[in-house]
Amino acid sequence: MNGTWQDDFKAMVAGRVPGWLPALRQAGMSRFEQEGFPVSRDEEWRFTPIAPISRGVFQPATSPGVVFPRDEAEALAYGPESWPQLVFVNGRFAPEISNTPALPAGVVVLSLAEALARRPELVEPHLGKHVTVEATPFTALNAAFIQDGAFVLVPEGIELATPIQLCFVMTGDQHERVTHPRNLIVIGERARATVIESYHGTGGREDGTRGGPFTAGRPDLPPSRPPAYLTNAVTEVVLGAHAWLEHSRIQRESESAYHIAFSHVHQAEESHYRSFSLAMGAAISRHNLHTRLGAPETEALLYGLSIAEGTQLSDHHTAIYHDEPNCRSWEVYKAILDGESRGVFNGKVFVTPEAQKTDAKQTNRTLLLSERARVDTKPQLEIFADDVKCTHGATVGYLDDLPLFYFRSRGMPEDRARKLLTYAFAAEVLDEIQVPEVRKALDAVVRGRLGVAS
Amino acid sequence: MSLLEIRDLRANAGDKEILKGISLTVNAGEVHAIMGPNGSGKSTLAQVLAGHPSYEVTGGSVRYDGRDLLDMEPEERAQAGVFLAFQYPVEIPGVTNAYFLRAAYNEIRKARGETELDPIDFYDLLEEKLRVVQWGPEIAARAVNAGFSGGEKKRNEILQMAVLEPKLAILDETDSGLDIDALRIVADGVNALRAADRSMIVVTHYQRLLNYIVPDYVHVLADGLIARSGGKELALELESRGYEWLTGVEATA
Repeated sequence: MNGTWQDDFKAMVAGRVPGWLPALRQAGMSRFEQEGFPVSRDEEWRFTPIAPISRGVFQPATSPGVVFPRDEAEALAYGPESWPQLVFVNGRFAPEISNTPALPAGVVVLSLAEALARRPELVEPHLGKHVTVEATPFTALNAAFIQDGAFVLVPEGIELATPIQLCFVMTGDQHERVTHPRNLIVIGERARATVIESYHGTGGREDGTRGGPFTAGRPDLPPSRPPAYLTNAVTEVVLGAHAWLEHSRIQRESESAYHIAFSHVHQAEESHYRSFSLAMGAAISRHNLHTRLGAPETEALLYGLSIAEGTQLSDHHTAIYHDEPNCRSWEVYKAILDGESRGVFNGKVFVTPEAQKTDAKQTNRTLLLSERARVDTKPQLEIFADDVKCTHGATVGYLDDLPLFYFRSRGMPEDRARKLLTYAFAAEVLDEIQVPEVRKALDAVVRGRLGVAS
Repeated sequence: MSLLEIRDLRANAGDKEILKGISLTVNAGEVHAIMGPNGSGKSTLAQVLAGHPSYEVTGGSVRYDGRDLLDMEPEERAQAGVFLAFQYPVEIPGVTNAYFLRAAYNEIRKARGETELDPIDFYDLLEEKLRVVQWGPEIAARAVNAGFSGGEKKRNEILQMAVLEPKLAILDETDSGLDIDALRIVADGVNALRAADRSMIVVTHYQRLLNYIVPDYVHVLADGLIARSGGKELALELESRGYEWLTGVEATA
């Protein structure tokens, strides 16, 4: 490990933070110093070589060289203007281009920096409790550099009609820079909410299919050069009893970027969590989504979609902890891999001896569009209860000849038929998004990427 | 002039020769029934005409509307007016019927140098076509054949035919798996689409369908060859006598 992380840690401005935060940061740094970055021998990272990250030098992100335009931030929204949107540019909250309409009394939507300064008592019970510094070296590093991110609190009994958007943007001038977004989402008892967490790069290809529109970049770099930055995000989600949350996560980083993220959901009794995780950008991306069904009758529905081409690597790791009886988890992750891209899926399901009547189903399907693309998929079920229904299945394949012929026999050229069938493969998980506007917006994003007209 | 002229057509599935020299001429507006026992090659003939990739044509020729049909890609055949109603329509979860029909319709218009219809104009057209198969608009929003019953799938094939308005419609065992009510709806749909400039090849195992869709000609296939051709009365004769008197093959249900 080179010394830059420690140097940057020492140089970090403490900010206006409660007294307990420096200890958490220090714990993160100490843990990272002990552990270092994972190596390829580590089972958890076997298929995802992160040498470009561990060997790289990433300076803390800076404020952008040019002001990030409001209309570009709005273009990164996934719903109407009336929806709240917190925009973070290069890791820091940008209130001037954020949208913060009035919300029902008691609902708190703030940047984490503001929340730490103004409402630390709301943050302290949860921050670092669910994604610990021990989880991975990256979560340790994230804790060490906690500065900003989003804080969302929906108190008991509030059903929030408008989804909350958390939008993280890196500008084209952030080559070899790093951010550590830290998010905390707390949904109280019987409360209901929708959160859209998105990561965008700008710079690089101008067609917007990868990282969004081009923004004035660093003058020393050719304008077409996508910035190779690192996003190291952590999101903690806490659901109270009977709470309901739909959480969409959209990763559209610059095509040269590295995106490492860890999300953990803690679920109380009869809560319902549904997630949709879309990964389209970045050279290397890894998202860990862990959910703990920590009380009876809880439910988690996890949907995921990776779309990769060129030499991209897209990794989804999930872990579902069935701790208590009568819980249900349902998981469908898909990948569409073109070129020489690689997909990784690891799905862990842990069922404790107490978790009788567990109903868990895991499906992983990969569509290969090229003979050079590959996927490593691994279900990992550890079941210690006897009265359970746990199934898993993984398929890997190319487009079937028969549907292709069916479409062509109706007059559709082969290329269009292939694209449409590829989209159809993705649509099955897109259709699971509950909020119609979000579903429509993400449908358009996926159609755009796959070249299918609406 | 004949619309379709098949001369000595031979085709294989893998190493096995299925069609062993079929010759058949279909003129504009005619309805030809192709009957025969299982394994006689009747479905293969239908699929070869549409360009199914599982079959390899090993000999003979097919002229369609003045063109070499065998030299055309499946989509070019469709764009030129060939339509195959599949025996087993394919389920496509994730693509709605409305989207699929409009995409296919516009591809065919584009190939003919006509302007494409936008979703609103297309919807008007679709509403009219839905009546052909006695369907309401709700079917348009469902994914193509996904979770459809056997009867719904066959109706959907006829709906596609109504929208795409082919010159040559090939119906491959459109009656299989249909109860009598569904059969009637499908047959009424097909009859509504009969026209002086539309020819049809109706492939069926049973004479039953031909009570509803009355053909001009009947051909009986046996072991990859046309064993006998005649008028519609040939179908009735087959009904009473079975296939074996023509083919030496036991007819199987």
